[in-house]
Amino acid sequence: MAEFRLPPNSRITKGKLFQAPEGAKNVRRFVVYRYDPDSGENPRVDTYELDMDQCGPMVLDALIKIKNEVDATLTFRRSCREGICGSCAMNIDGTNTLACTKASSDVSEDVKIYPLPHMPVVKDLVPDLTQFYAQYASIKPWLQSSTPPPPDRERLQTKEDQARIDEPSACILCACCSTSCPSYWWNSDRYLGPAALLQAYRWIVDSRDDATGERLDALEDPFRLYRCHTIMNCTRTCPKGLNPARAIAEVKKMLLERKVSL
Amino acid sequence: MSLKSPLGQVMGLGSARGGTGHWWSQRVSALALLFLGLWFAAELICLESLGYQSLTTFMSSPVNAVLLVLLVATLFFHSLLGIQVVIEDYVHHAGLKVVVLVLIKFAHVLAVALGVYSVLRVGFGA
Repeated sequence: MAEFRLPPNSRITKGKLFQAPEGAKNVRRFVVYRYDPDSGENPRVDTYELDMDQCGPMVLDALIKIKNEVDATLTFRRSCREGICGSCAMNIDGTNTLACTKASSDVSEDVKIYPLPHMPVVKDLVPDLTQFYAQYASIKPWLQSSTPPPPDRERLQTKEDQARIDEPSACILCACCSTSCPSYWWNSDRYLGPAALLQAYRWIVDSRDDATGERLDALEDPFRLYRCHTIMNCTRTCPKGLNPARAIAEVKKMLLERKVSL
Repeated sequence: MSLKSPLGQVMGLGSARGGTGHWWSQRVSALALLFLGLWFAAELICLESLGYQSLTTFMSSPVNAVLLVLLVATLFFHSLLGIQVVIEDYVHHAGLKVVVLVLIKFAHVLAVALGVYSVLRVGFGA
């Protein structure tokens, strides 16, 4: 059955409080999920008080400050710090987003930071995305064409053709959408999830790709595609403002269109 | 724990090449239910009373009886499609899932048969 309660070894306990340095005037509390697989202990939430006068504006700035100055054991992924690599995706204030583009001031009370929901946790804020990447690989995210490219130039597209893949190409595979989707929580072993489906759509509508039919064949499955029940969490949470829900709906429409009888 | 590659696990048994019919049927039956439901609600409101006599008279009209049969059949068809999705979503034990899906199907076919028989029996004035 679906899991409505965390297994006993995943239930969260109360952690430590790291108080703000003396003399701090502008103090915010960051409540952070901690899990250390080597300790054998249950996950806990630690609370860090930071002097915001000495901290950058984004949640990632706060996490880096904690790691550098307060608690070096805190583990999280980050790279570009400008919303293009997708590494620092996590659940902040109840919503999946990128720590580097989410301002601490956007959160009204304590800033609660958890790893992406319903994923195996490697450590602290680092989820295991192995399956997520395998799902991306499974939709064959590369050009498949039986047509030889012109010998003297690239494969041409019209501006309209390019416009169709502009938005889905902007996906950074941060996994915010897929891990916000209840269908993905319950059935990620078979449901591909919004991120992989958005990328499948990106190649289906690519005018240079000849494998549209095979791509649709691969998606036409009660679980791979049709577990999407248009909940729309994916679109609401996407830190890049993309619309995976609409892409999935477009795929469903194409599958309908190619059926002889409605 | 499996040593099968992550990609192999995701590919699983491959695509079932299905689901579009189910998805479309759910939407079309919802549309049909909208019309049939509005008709049925309007008829009930217009009836002089909701007593036995009044309803049997209503059902003895061929148009009403036919539309009622369609309403009962569409309603349980739509219900079957919806409940099937809920079970597929939430029941993860493979054997239990098959058993529940089959039982749900039996229950819905039985419900349709009972409903249609009842409408016809009253409609034909037995």
